[in-house]
Amino acid sequence: MENIGALALLLAFCVSLYAIVASAVGKIKNRPFLIVSGERAVYAVWVLVTTASGILVYSLLTGDFRFAYVAGHSNRDMDTIYKFTAWWGGQEGSLLFWSWILSTYAAVAVFTNRNKLRQIMPWVTAILSFVQLFFLLINNFVANPFQMLAVDKLVTSVADGLGLNPQLQYYAMAIHPPMLYLGYVGFAVPFAFAMGSLITRQPGDTWIHTTRRWSIVAWLFQSCGIMLGSAWAFDALGWGGYWMWDPVENASLLPWLAGTAFLHSVMMQEKKGMMKVWNMVLIATTFFLCIFGTFLTRSGIVSSVHAFAESSIGRYFVGFLAIGISATVYLILDRLPYLKSESPLESVVSRESSFLFNNLLLLASCFAVLWGTLFPVISEAISNEKISLDAPWFNRLMIPIGLGLLFLTGVGPLFAWRRTSIESLRRNFMLPGLLGCVLAAGLFIAGIHNFWALISLGLCMFVASTIVSEFFRGSLAIAQKQKMNFVRATFELTHRNTRRYGGYLVHMGIVLMFVGWTGQAFNKNTTAEVAMGKSFSVGAYDLKVTDVNSGDNPNYKWDSAVLEVSKHGKPFTTLEPERRYYKSAQQGLGHVALYNGLDEDLYVNFAASEGEGKVTLQGYVFPLVSWIWIGTLVLIFGTLVALVPSKVQRQYARTQIVGVAENKVAIEN
Amino acid sequence: MNKYAKFAALIAVVVGTLIWLATAGSTQSETYYKTVKELNSMSGKSKTNKIRVGGDVAAGSIVRKADIVEFTLQQETATLRVAYDGRDPLPDTFKDGAQALADGRLGPDGVFHANKIQAKCSSKYQSKPGEAPAGLKAVPASKASI
Repeated sequence: MENIGALALLLAFCVSLYAIVASAVGKIKNRPFLIVSGERAVYAVWVLVTTASGILVYSLLTGDFRFAYVAGHSNRDMDTIYKFTAWWGGQEGSLLFWSWILSTYAAVAVFTNRNKLRQIMPWVTAILSFVQLFFLLINNFVANPFQMLAVDKLVTSVADGLGLNPQLQYYAMAIHPPMLYLGYVGFAVPFAFAMGSLITRQPGDTWIHTTRRWSIVAWLFQSCGIMLGSAWAFDALGWGGYWMWDPVENASLLPWLAGTAFLHSVMMQEKKGMMKVWNMVLIATTFFLCIFGTFLTRSGIVSSVHAFAESSIGRYFVGFLAIGISATVYLILDRLPYLKSESPLESVVSRESSFLFNNLLLLASCFAVLWGTLFPVISEAISNEKISLDAPWFNRLMIPIGLGLLFLTGVGPLFAWRRTSIESLRRNFMLPGLLGCVLAAGLFIAGIHNFWALISLGLCMFVASTIVSEFFRGSLAIAQKQKMNFVRATFELTHRNTRRYGGYLVHMGIVLMFVGWTGQAFNKNTTAEVAMGKSFSVGAYDLKVTDVNSGDNPNYKWDSAVLEVSKHGKPFTTLEPERRYYKSAQQGLGHVALYNGLDEDLYVNFAASEGEGKVTLQGYVFPLVSWIWIGTLVLIFGTLVALVPSKVQRQYARTQIVGVAENKVAIEN
Repeated sequence: MNKYAKFAALIAVVVGTLIWLATAGSTQSETYYKTVKELNSMSGKSKTNKIRVGGDVAAGSIVRKADIVEFTLQQETATLRVAYDGRDPLPDTFKDGAQALADGRLGPDGVFHANKIQAKCSSKYQSKPGEAPAGLKAVPASKASI
């Protein structure tokens, strides 16, 4: 078994190499046979990597503890689902998982374009295979998942494995890594198309149209991955933190920020033929940040709670990044004449300008996060002192940037292309601006004096009302013209231009998330050691311990407390926080009890059992935090809407600059 | 004003503000990484800096008092006594033999006062290729074949 797996990986490595050579040579020498064989090689790689993955998963499920990987990440008593998710629970497995996703994406990309884009495709195949080759190199020679235990040490098997890290035995954590990886790897495809289009000097934006869905899907997966990680931290760590600016969290955020900038900036190219160089730079940045994120997680270069033990793997990633980035920079510089902008910037108050500043802020935040994350490495290189920057540093920078972006979210879509008149500014922003100010003033009078919270909530109100008014005005127009009811008109409106209205929904999701983040300014907490029958209070809640239980199952032992909760003296709910002790990993883990409310969450952590019915509990009140998760759902929904094809196919008229076309436009105006 | 000058001015304002935010008062949020050995040899100088120190939690050294948890960090032969008085509960991974990172300041008494602890399980989850991870019960080859 293990030999078949290892052999499959080795073959996949060779076949990938073949795919690169065949596609490149076939294209340069114009040999269609070679090109086709290169594409078939991509399918073959998928079959081989799938075989290897299948064998690893099979041994995880059946508990074949001769495998070092299985012994280290699985045991007999885990739920089957966690035996499966152990595939990506450790270093070797997760890198194999990366490879597998990439091979799947590559096969799909090659298959869906098998009769299209014949100019670009050989290069797309070659580039994707090159990335694949790199990961297979790691799979084969650096972190091989088919390493057997103790070959020469008289030990060929162990009775039971260590089990998956208990913190990973949790639903959000089980699907968080695959989501992130699907996002990380997904950006390889648009990147390959962009580079293919550069190499072959394609005029036009074919690569953008072809990969628009790829980019959005990758971005969606990444968003889900980040938010699942956040939700996991909130639910599982026992003190309600959902973002700590930990290096590994930052690693997932970096490509997301660059990808978000890319998704916005391609619109400038599609509609106005502007920012062509910039888009190339952005997609390359996004892709390399994805690789960099994997590198950061896997190499332990910056110490982090997540990072795995230091390993030699980092060197390979640095090498790959160096080669990839140099090649990309060379290509872009060499092809600059093909990337000329077709129209100039006209006014500071215009759609173009709002896109420009959106990109500036996203990239600035990306750079800030990168700087902060790598500061220990940078400072060590400069001053020989390893210095890290803490969460307050990130917050001081990222809160203003975030609010700036939120502001642009509101104004950007309502600015006209080219320039915006004072009249339209007044018409579009009078009411939302007023509503935002009224809300902020009202909250101030109500006793909320936190500066950032007031700004944030005021802006949220402003942006939310601009979005609602967009939907309202559009729907009203359709409802009147087509004589249909308002709700149907809203559907019709969205369906006519899914991209635009889906985008608005995504913006709405972001607004709701900001509402949730702002709630953090008002958190409350209490720690109490309480005995049976005693109570303690946090915020408006009184919690009374009515029962203390304990129990045992093959995977873990547990203690729990039953709490009767009353709010403002009235009976409210019952909570049962629990503490588990996982046997094979010899590790304790809190299992918090949570009451989700739209206004605030009540959150109780079982910190320790003191014996004789005495327990230490921690109670927290987190205002508005649910809106983060609601916002995430709205964001997902909006993204899915944007993926639905529009009912009306739009041809975006471009401002033509050359000769006759320009006269025509002038006459029409 | 020329439109490009306007753009340049706006961009300069944004970037300038961000640089100011990033540099102003960053000393308060800087934490110096030190090893246990370096801390031991560091007498009197730069003690006011926030420090992050890493090491293994010495077996049996964890003492829980009312609001404080005390333990010893070990790095080879060097040791450091740490008192944790932070607000957040200690991570579940924090236990004897775990690798821990403590953030705080070195007190005049030589005890390190930490307000934040991060811990990860030691080598248990990462073993060198070919070796059974620590804690695994190995079955000799002769029995395993049964």
